[in-house]
Amino acid sequence: MADPKGFLNITRELPGKRDIKERVADYQELYVEFSEEKTIKQAARCMDCGIPFCHNGCPLGNIIPEFNDAVYEEDWVTAYDILSSTNNFPEFTGRICPAPCESACVLGINQPPVAIEHIEKSIAETAFEKGFIRPEPPTTRTGKKIAIVGSGPAGLAAAAQLNKAGHFVTVFERNTRIGGLLRYGIPDFKLEKWVVERRVALMEAEGIKFKVNSNVGENVDAKKLVQDFDAVVLTGGSTVPRDLPIKGRELNGVHFAMDFLDQNNKRVAGDRILKEAAILATDKNVLVIGGGDTGSDCVGTSNRHKATSVTQIELLSKPPESRSEETPWPLWPMMLRTSTSHEEGCEREWAILTEEFIGDENGNLKAVKLVNIEWKKDQTTGRNSFVKQAGSEREIPCELALLAIGFVHPQHKGMLEQLGVELTDRGNVKDNKYQTNLDNVFVAGDMRRGQSLVVWAISEGREAAKAVDEYLMGESMLEGKNDSKLIHA
Amino acid sequence: MSIFSIKGKWSSNEFNLIYMKQQQKGLYVPSMEKDSCGTGFIANLNGIKSHKVIEDALTMLQNMEHRGACGCEENTGDGAGILIQIPHDFFKKKAKGIGFVLPEFGKYGVGMVFFPQDKILREQCRFLLNDYIDELGFELLGYRKVPTHNEEIGPSALAVEPKMEQVFVAPKTAMDPKKLERTLYILRKFATHKIFTTYPEVKNDFYITSFSYKTIVYKGQMTTWQVRPYYSDLHDEDCTSAIALIHSRFSTNTVPRWKLAQPFRYVAHNGEINTIMGNLNWWKSKADLLESSLFSKDELEKLDPICGENLSDSGNFDNVLEFLVLGGRSIPEALMMMIPEAWQNDEDMPDYKKAFYEYHKTLMEPWDGPASICFTDGILVGATLDRNGLRPSRFTLLDDGTLIVASEAGALEIDQSKVVQKGRLQPGRMLIADLEEHRIITDEELKETICKRKPYREWLDQNRLTLEDLPSPQEKVRRSMDKASLYRGHQLYGYTKEDMTMILGPMVSLKKDPIGSMGTDTPLAALSNQAQHLANYFKQLFAQVTNPPIDPIRERPVMSLFAMLGGARNILEPGPDNAKFIHLDHPVLTNESIAKIKHIYHKDFKATTINAVFEADGQAGRLEAAIKHICGSAEALVRKGHNILVISDRAANSKFAPIPSLLATGAIHHHLIKTGLRGSTSLVIESGDTRETHHFATLIGFGASAVNPYMAYASISNLLQKGAIDKQYTLDDCIAIYQKAIGKGLLKIMSKIGISTLQSYQGAQIFEALGINKEVIFACFKGTVSRIEGMGFDGIAKETIIKHSLAYPSAPVPNPRLEVGGVFQWKRRGEYHLFNPQTIHLLQHATSKNNYETYKKFAVLINDQLEQACTLRGLMDFRKGSPVSIDEVESVENIMKRFVTGAMSFGSISHEAHSTLAIAMNRIGGKSNSGEGGEDAIRFEKKENGDWERSATKQVASGRFGVTSYYLANAEELQIKMAQGAKPGEGGQLPGHKVDEWIGRVRHSTPGVGLISPPPHHDIYSIEDLAQLIFDLKNANRAARINVKLVSKAGVGIIASGVAKAHADAILISGHDGGTGASPLSSIRHAGLPWELGLAESHQTLVKNKLRDRVTLQTDGQIRTGKDIAIATLLGAEEWGIATAALVVEGCILMRKCHLNTCPVGIATQNPELRKLYNGKVEHVINYFRFLAMDMREIMANLGFKTVNEMVGKVESLKMKSNINNWKYKQLDLSPILYKESVDETVGLFKKVAQDHGIDEILDRKLINYAKPALEEGQSVSSIFKIINTDRAVGTMLSNEISKKYKGVGLPKGTIEFRFRGSAGQSFGAFGAKGIEFTLEGEANDYFGKGLSGGTLIVVPDRNATFVPNENIIVGNVAFYGATSGEAYIKGMAGERFAVRNSGVKAVVEGIGDHGCEYMTGGLIVVLGDTGKNFAAGMSGGTAYVYDAKKDFKDKCNMEMVEFDKISKENYKTLQTLVRNHFSCTSSNVALDILNDWEKAKKRFIKVMPTDYKRVLEQNKSNKKSAIKKTVVAASIKWS
Repeated sequence: MADPKGFLNITRELPGKRDIKERVADYQELYVEFSEEKTIKQAARCMDCGIPFCHNGCPLGNIIPEFNDAVYEEDWVTAYDILSSTNNFPEFTGRICPAPCESACVLGINQPPVAIEHIEKSIAETAFEKGFIRPEPPTTRTGKKIAIVGSGPAGLAAAAQLNKAGHFVTVFERNTRIGGLLRYGIPDFKLEKWVVERRVALMEAEGIKFKVNSNVGENVDAKKLVQDFDAVVLTGGSTVPRDLPIKGRELNGVHFAMDFLDQNNKRVAGDRILKEAAILATDKNVLVIGGGDTGSDCVGTSNRHKATSVTQIELLSKPPESRSEETPWPLWPMMLRTSTSHEEGCEREWAILTEEFIGDENGNLKAVKLVNIEWKKDQTTGRNSFVKQAGSEREIPCELALLAIGFVHPQHKGMLEQLGVELTDRGNVKDNKYQTNLDNVFVAGDMRRGQSLVVWAISEGREAAKAVDEYLMGESMLEGKNDSKLIHA
Repeated sequence: MSIFSIKGKWSSNEFNLIYMKQQQKGLYVPSMEKDSCGTGFIANLNGIKSHKVIEDALTMLQNMEHRGACGCEENTGDGAGILIQIPHDFFKKKAKGIGFVLPEFGKYGVGMVFFPQDKILREQCRFLLNDYIDELGFELLGYRKVPTHNEEIGPSALAVEPKMEQVFVAPKTAMDPKKLERTLYILRKFATHKIFTTYPEVKNDFYITSFSYKTIVYKGQMTTWQVRPYYSDLHDEDCTSAIALIHSRFSTNTVPRWKLAQPFRYVAHNGEINTIMGNLNWWKSKADLLESSLFSKDELEKLDPICGENLSDSGNFDNVLEFLVLGGRSIPEALMMMIPEAWQNDEDMPDYKKAFYEYHKTLMEPWDGPASICFTDGILVGATLDRNGLRPSRFTLLDDGTLIVASEAGALEIDQSKVVQKGRLQPGRMLIADLEEHRIITDEELKETICKRKPYREWLDQNRLTLEDLPSPQEKVRRSMDKASLYRGHQLYGYTKEDMTMILGPMVSLKKDPIGSMGTDTPLAALSNQAQHLANYFKQLFAQVTNPPIDPIRERPVMSLFAMLGGARNILEPGPDNAKFIHLDHPVLTNESIAKIKHIYHKDFKATTINAVFEADGQAGRLEAAIKHICGSAEALVRKGHNILVISDRAANSKFAPIPSLLATGAIHHHLIKTGLRGSTSLVIESGDTRETHHFATLIGFGASAVNPYMAYASISNLLQKGAIDKQYTLDDCIAIYQKAIGKGLLKIMSKIGISTLQSYQGAQIFEALGINKEVIFACFKGTVSRIEGMGFDGIAKETIIKHSLAYPSAPVPNPRLEVGGVFQWKRRGEYHLFNPQTIHLLQHATSKNNYETYKKFAVLINDQLEQACTLRGLMDFRKGSPVSIDEVESVENIMKRFVTGAMSFGSISHEAHSTLAIAMNRIGGKSNSGEGGEDAIRFEKKENGDWERSATKQVASGRFGVTSYYLANAEELQIKMAQGAKPGEGGQLPGHKVDEWIGRVRHSTPGVGLISPPPHHDIYSIEDLAQLIFDLKNANRAARINVKLVSKAGVGIIASGVAKAHADAILISGHDGGTGASPLSSIRHAGLPWELGLAESHQTLVKNKLRDRVTLQTDGQIRTGKDIAIATLLGAEEWGIATAALVVEGCILMRKCHLNTCPVGIATQNPELRKLYNGKVEHVINYFRFLAMDMREIMANLGFKTVNEMVGKVESLKMKSNINNWKYKQLDLSPILYKESVDETVGLFKKVAQDHGIDEILDRKLINYAKPALEEGQSVSSIFKIINTDRAVGTMLSNEISKKYKGVGLPKGTIEFRFRGSAGQSFGAFGAKGIEFTLEGEANDYFGKGLSGGTLIVVPDRNATFVPNENIIVGNVAFYGATSGEAYIKGMAGERFAVRNSGVKAVVEGIGDHGCEYMTGGLIVVLGDTGKNFAAGMSGGTAYVYDAKKDFKDKCNMEMVEFDKISKENYKTLQTLVRNHFSCTSSNVALDILNDWEKAKKRFIKVMPTDYKRVLEQNKSNKKSAIKKTVVAASIKWS
């Protein structure tokens, strides 16, 4: 274990962030250098618990105490070995994961938790830096061919795992670049795209084929794909955004957040955007509707566009400043979270209902009508409902409104309809241990579970890969996060 | 069907018989019965026969009544008897009366025969007996009905009372006496064997107690008082003898067996042979090698079997001794073979003696265990003690040549003026009186003669080899492996990451078995879904109550790890050939060593390798066939003369899987025993699956001599390369450290069950199997207790093949990594744990929010073990009952009174955590437990708000920390902790850094100085000792109930019965899985059994013995839900203990770091910063107990029980779940657990009857009466009383009266001045409070001044005694054990373990035995004469001054923890004062001489000072502030 008394003597410390003025002027990552020595000290805080709640809290089942110990021992090879055994892409999760592990950290009961995410990132980056990560193509090939549809985190994870198992893997991506949500959804200031490219290059070197501009269901025949490949894994994500069908929705200046972010990521990557389709926040009053992470990304991006003002509103009430009693340790706490984007400047309001988008004569958005609401819990049904607060209606000036209120389900049109896969009540693809109603068609990630975190997508990709491997080979040598190989039937 | 039914001596019938016998229906295993006793003899050195000798011996027997016991009826004893010389004149007279004439003495033999009650059977037996008398060349002179008077015998004993007759035979042709005795022996054996074969139904009824021309035994199922009236022969004036050997039995059983009463033919044994299973197996393997000039082949066949399983350990011991003696050895020589002294590490032992023992170890492994044996062959009479001196034996020699030996002094009243010598037997020593030579032969003389009879040293020198003598092998021996081979090997042999990082790594870094905490909540091996190591199915057994565990560290001199290779030879004829063996220092072989052995080329040794592998194609029957094959090979190879067999799994490859080394070893071991070849060879194991201490222990326990763990070495090499082990070590260093650590671990495992030598442990099979079926047991582990069936060969193969397929996967593995293990920490892919992130969260949430619904969710997760079984109870379900309305069920409040929290000491957990539990339990009327660390007296007073931090249960553990009269007075219950689930049979250690001011004060020790809890209670080496401690404690607090804490294991029910007979009021059966502050991981996992087994066995056995209604049964061990407590109740418990779950409610999150003092939630820590983080609440704890009671109540209503009492033991309401599909555990058979002992309605099934503690008419009642003015008014009183050895615990009840009134402060010194004259019984002055001053004129027995709490004790010899006091024993063993304060002056010598664990008494004594001042933590001891060996072992505090007149003290002192300190002026002053006090109290001549010559004499004193203690005292001196802090808070009452 790491230093048994480390937590008694060392306090939590994270890398510093660049000055706000400086960082909003570019799209680069926010954090400044943090010495290896300091990271090791942070690792020393790990208590190597008898029940590592972090390890349980991590959707991937990262064996956190073990890699903490390895870092403490300055054994980065072992640390990466442990980390990569459960996580194909620690360089992603080390940057953008909300870190449920840290909320579950036992030290968090009465002290700041261990800086797990930072340590994870450090391990990944050190491994790249020191050259521990090299392409490791499988030594033998099974001859089986697998198609993965979608190159987001779930698709990439499934691809990486299945390739390791010796199958020929081809990834189909409808966009021009690989990465899915990692590429198009997450702004560069949270995840610079060279990080994704570095990984993709590695995967290519290991023998995975990537086919871009291949939209299965449109320019690639879905049914043929199923025939041509021994197995197909659907990892197209949950891409249909939730809409806000109120008056004025059709006005110019009301956009889905993902369209805004997608376009900006392309722009940052050097892609050219059709002028009339451009969504820019520059010199506009921006209203971000929805208080989640996507909304926060919109805030950060708008500031970088040099918006006049940025306001973020949320339907739900303001969460408590610290962990609420309803979500005691080790649960993911309901509490106020302030992201780096929020730090860069924005108004945040809670318990606000958007009543109407108001346009000018040209059909351009000029204001939004908002009203305060009050949430009430019905004592008999236990359900929450709200009432508007009389007299709180108001209009605020707004030229750009971004809808960041989630996604409903995957796109049905095209591939899913063509294949005829069964869907759940919520419109996600229905499965039995990642297998759809079609024998050789599997599903993973948001397409299966609905919108979720990157860390969950990776987990889904890995577990689905194991299911595919078992389906093809009868048994699988791939790791499952919960199944010991010592278990007998 | 067994696979070995054809060949060999065990027929399948026999198998079934043994199995049935073992299995019966419930859990009770008769072969686990134990007994223990009082014993002694009277002999006239001059050989003058008299009736008085017999009379006196019977009186002595009566005075040891308290060492025996009676069962459920007070007039049915456990057995008593007497052995005397043949009373020739008496028999002559009687024979004449019947009508036959006896020849002269020495020309005829007398058999004392127990015949069956049934007349027809009796005559049939007689008919046969007569035939054999004739066949063996005897003439039948006649039978004589032995007159018996059974009026006083209890009904149970009466029901099976045999008909007793004496048979007189004379040789048809004259025989010399020795031949006569031998032939009578053959007659007895042969006739008994034949009669048993012809009439198997008389096995329990036909018995010949003795058949000899010299001696005769009168014995039976009686109390000591019944022997005399029962046998009128014994009070005939003509009945004379010069020897009378007596025995009083305290058995754990009450099923009467007349024949198990003692004495046997040669011995009366007090103690227990721990290694009996191994001894019997080894004997079997030696029996085929026997050749003798005294017995013909035909005669040897007639004798066979010489010993058997139908007897007690003592009975078997007697049988082997008898054979050796009649086979030509003298009785002392035979005893030296069977119970050798601790010779290996004794540097002072003369070489001839060492050579004798070393030579004889090849002939016989020690029959190990506590033993005080009195023996006689009719001419020689004597006594001996085991190597550790674990039983008392005192002797007195009178001037008329009468020698009296007994377990106690003063059992026979004697004229003190006639005493020539008083002494005690020392460990390993022998006392012999030769009635023909009319003298006592000293141990030295006797042994010198015996040892020099043959040139043993020469024989050894010429024949014995060591590994160093063997040439190195030519091929290069490799230890490391390349990465791929290592990985493959790891997978093949089931290594997990934990094995590397938590076992092997730490074992090298810490140089010992790694430590853990918090118990275990993973599935039993039999229930685990993960493929197990076969050894995990075997649970280590351990000593509790009936025999003591040993401290392998502090008492290292008695321990040994030697092993040897080669074949055994005929043990009857000593010669040079027997010295042909290879000596090993320890059993862990390096790769070089095993290569040497494999390639040995030597005329005396032939080694060969057996490949233990089986085809890995997964087909059924493969493993069984392979086992059969290797057994066959082994047999053939041994027949060809191979005397070393290497069982190796190195031949495993992609097609062949390794046979688990334990299975291969056990199979070959037992096959060779069965074929009579085992003695001719030795087994060496070369195995990849051996890494942990427990693996070694199982291999050795099932017959291996030595083991080569090559994968462990390769793994260590890998760890070293990876930098996981300190780089300063070379691989050689690491391997040496690992070997040492394994050795230490083995010593610990052996010592747990009280075995001192590896040789005796080898093959002793001290395990219980859990989840292995009878075929496997019979073929490979015969004789091992296995009660719930389980896996067979194919199952074992399956688990092996899983590992094999990981090593040789069908496809390349993308990420080759070892599995996590997850046994010691919860891991997603690891072993299942009952407490996991989900259940911890739900429990904490439920109790903090007072939400019963959430609790229910938690309970479902714990109870529902369909997917993942974890506990035996998880496989159980309730049967449908006839529900009653919940309103009719007794209230939650009532049920809550039955809850207790587990024993956790203040020290292991913080004050905050400890007192939260206490307040909560006091509020609900349950009991919290102080644990073993004492309790701060401020907690005895209630708080202003009515809350009470006092623990209702006060624990008395082996360390006796803070156990004072006042502490004992403040309890509702006193719990004697015999064992702890997480580390049964082990002691503990509180490191100095944890002993802060507060803990030090509460424990009566010095802050900063480490404290050791010894493995045994040094006042409980045996069951009658426990009875004594129960008696002591009952005297110390009459209002408290006495609870004895046991740990579940096979035979615990039998022990529980013994404990009930020892008058405990309550018995706690603890599961193996309970929590701990610190314990070796191997103990946490591998020692002890689940409470389901132990509780059910205890309940069944208590009911069977009609003792159940005398005791309250409690159980604990990972109890978490209402279902758990309901099952516990149905299996027989009426109270339930909960500890870990209660801690979780307080905030514990199972860090399992208690031993590091870093608990981050302030529970298991003393760090003030961390304690601040404690956030537990009394209310939350109460919520939890209320939920449990509510849950229980719902179950009760469903099952139809209105009260808990009516539910106790109603096991018919339980069944095994029917929907179990798991291939492994669906084969388990829980029916023995669910068995109900059928008894009639009069037999109580729960506690109803109060125990009779026998304290109504004791001497203390008188003392209290006389002390009234002192007790009531504080006035001084003085008086004189007569005292005898049955007056026990004198002064204890009186002290309780003082403590109740005057609290910890007591009365002023000497307020109560009482004098006693005579022989004081055990525990004189125990827990004597301040204010008493007792002067004893005469002598005292064991446990003198136990727990002395401020009183003063003085002992002087009787005024008429003429012996020299300082050369004679006047006080018994284990004086001042756990004493905390007071003074004592002893004019004379004391026995072994003087002032053990003393923490405050100042005492002066004129000489002591071995192990003086052991574990002492405080106080001041002055020894004015000799000390025995191993002085100051484990002494961490206090000071001792030894007057070293002979200048030999240095060699006797164990210098590990102490140094000889300079004596300062101040010291001299103190010393002089004490010697002066001694003189003024006792008029000691020794003291006088020293004082008269002080300036010279004072220089002869040596000051023994613990190093740590000295350091801390010096620190304190420099920091006076901290010294001032040490205020005594207990002083709430001040005397004015």
